[in-house]
Amino acid sequence: MSLLELRQISKTYGTGPNEVHAVADIDLEVDRGSLIAVMGPSGSGKSTLLTIAGSLEEPTSGEVFIDGESLQEMSHNGKARLRRRTVGYVFQEFNLLAGLTAVENVSLPLELDGVSAKKSRLAGMAGLEQLNLADRATRYPDELSGGERQRVAIARAVIGGRHLLLADEPSGALDQANGEAVMRMLLSACKTGVAAVVVTHDAQLASWADRVVFLRDGRIVDQTVPPPSAESLLQTGPQS
Amino acid sequence: MTVKYALLGLLSEQPKYGHQLRQEFEEKTGDVWPLNVGQVYTTLQRLERDGLVESDRADSEGPQKRFRITAAGEQELTEWLMTPIDLTVPPRDELVIKVLVALDVPGVEVQSVLQIHRRYVVELMQQWTRLKDDEGQHDFRLALVVDAELFRLDSVIRWLDAVDGRLKREASEPRAASTEIPILRRRLAVRK
Repeated sequence: MSLLELRQISKTYGTGPNEVHAVADIDLEVDRGSLIAVMGPSGSGKSTLLTIAGSLEEPTSGEVFIDGESLQEMSHNGKARLRRRTVGYVFQEFNLLAGLTAVENVSLPLELDGVSAKKSRLAGMAGLEQLNLADRATRYPDELSGGERQRVAIARAVIGGRHLLLADEPSGALDQANGEAVMRMLLSACKTGVAAVVVTHDAQLASWADRVVFLRDGRIVDQTVPPPSAESLLQTGPQS
Repeated sequence: MTVKYALLGLLSEQPKYGHQLRQEFEEKTGDVWPLNVGQVYTTLQRLERDGLVESDRADSEGPQKRFRITAAGEQELTEWLMTPIDLTVPPRDELVIKVLVALDVPGVEVQSVLQIHRRYVVELMQQWTRLKDDEGQHDFRLALVVDAELFRLDSVIRWLDAVDGRLKREASEPRAASTEIPILRRRLAVRK
């Protein structure tokens, strides 16, 4: 069973002559353990697709299933619980709270969910350790580099065993090495059973994904097929 | 052409045998450029003829021969490294030509031509990225080669996206037809 399933999702803003179809007839399934990239130019509906998948926004029509449960049939509180316990978000701007240290930022979702401060902090530290950030735990966001801030944001997104990771241009402002580090982190999260969807216009980032879906004018127009083994590259190689 | 300088580079460390040069060449380029032994010996012969390398046993043949770089060879190598490669002439890029042709062929949707290539290139990039992820972490040189390939392919994607964007703008606000030759072309007397 897919962890995330979008069925015939459409989203329309405005009415009459001002009607804009942000996304239309989107079908998408994401299994546990897989990383899907959604590529498309700006204005193609990438971010809308992501906010609908994460229940931050309601579709105009169609259905979203997470862990087999339909979001449409869920109460307001049920959705809020789902967002806290199952879904992790990573945004381009990191969205860390400036007044909290790295470890406080990471453990915040657990505290909001009613876990004791002590337990939350322990889990937060464990998350930071996994991403080699233990020595930065008590620093505030403005004392961290861009790459470190994004790692903290990823640690926060997967804390508490959340297993649907949604990332919007997660390495937007980072240089190539840090962008690569972010993708490696997302991939290793997937290896522990997380399902991840990354939207990006950057082909180098998208190429880390198991499958790349191409979005154009709000519709999925194409997707990659699983690539053959990389060994074939070693046999042919680039032309000298 | 490049093989010649790569061999000079390997010999600048210390004298080496032909088979050793071939092996090191492949190792140091991350095993992505296969090189046959014949190519190595033909290149070494030419380098020796031009006085850029010398062998210590003129009477022996093939694998027994050990080569060392000469002073002229070292100078040639340094000059090559410090001279920018020629990028003035745009390469005859088949994809560019294909898209230009597609614009005029009735019944062909340029978008489809773009998307077929976009998907193909991304699939290739997925393979290179996988290679970097699997092997590149242990092999620094391979990671460099893979990066070069990824940047090259990435530039193809960016160009495809740019074509897409231009086509969209052109469709929404078609420019007025002009018969005037742009100033720069007139000045350079480039014929249309």
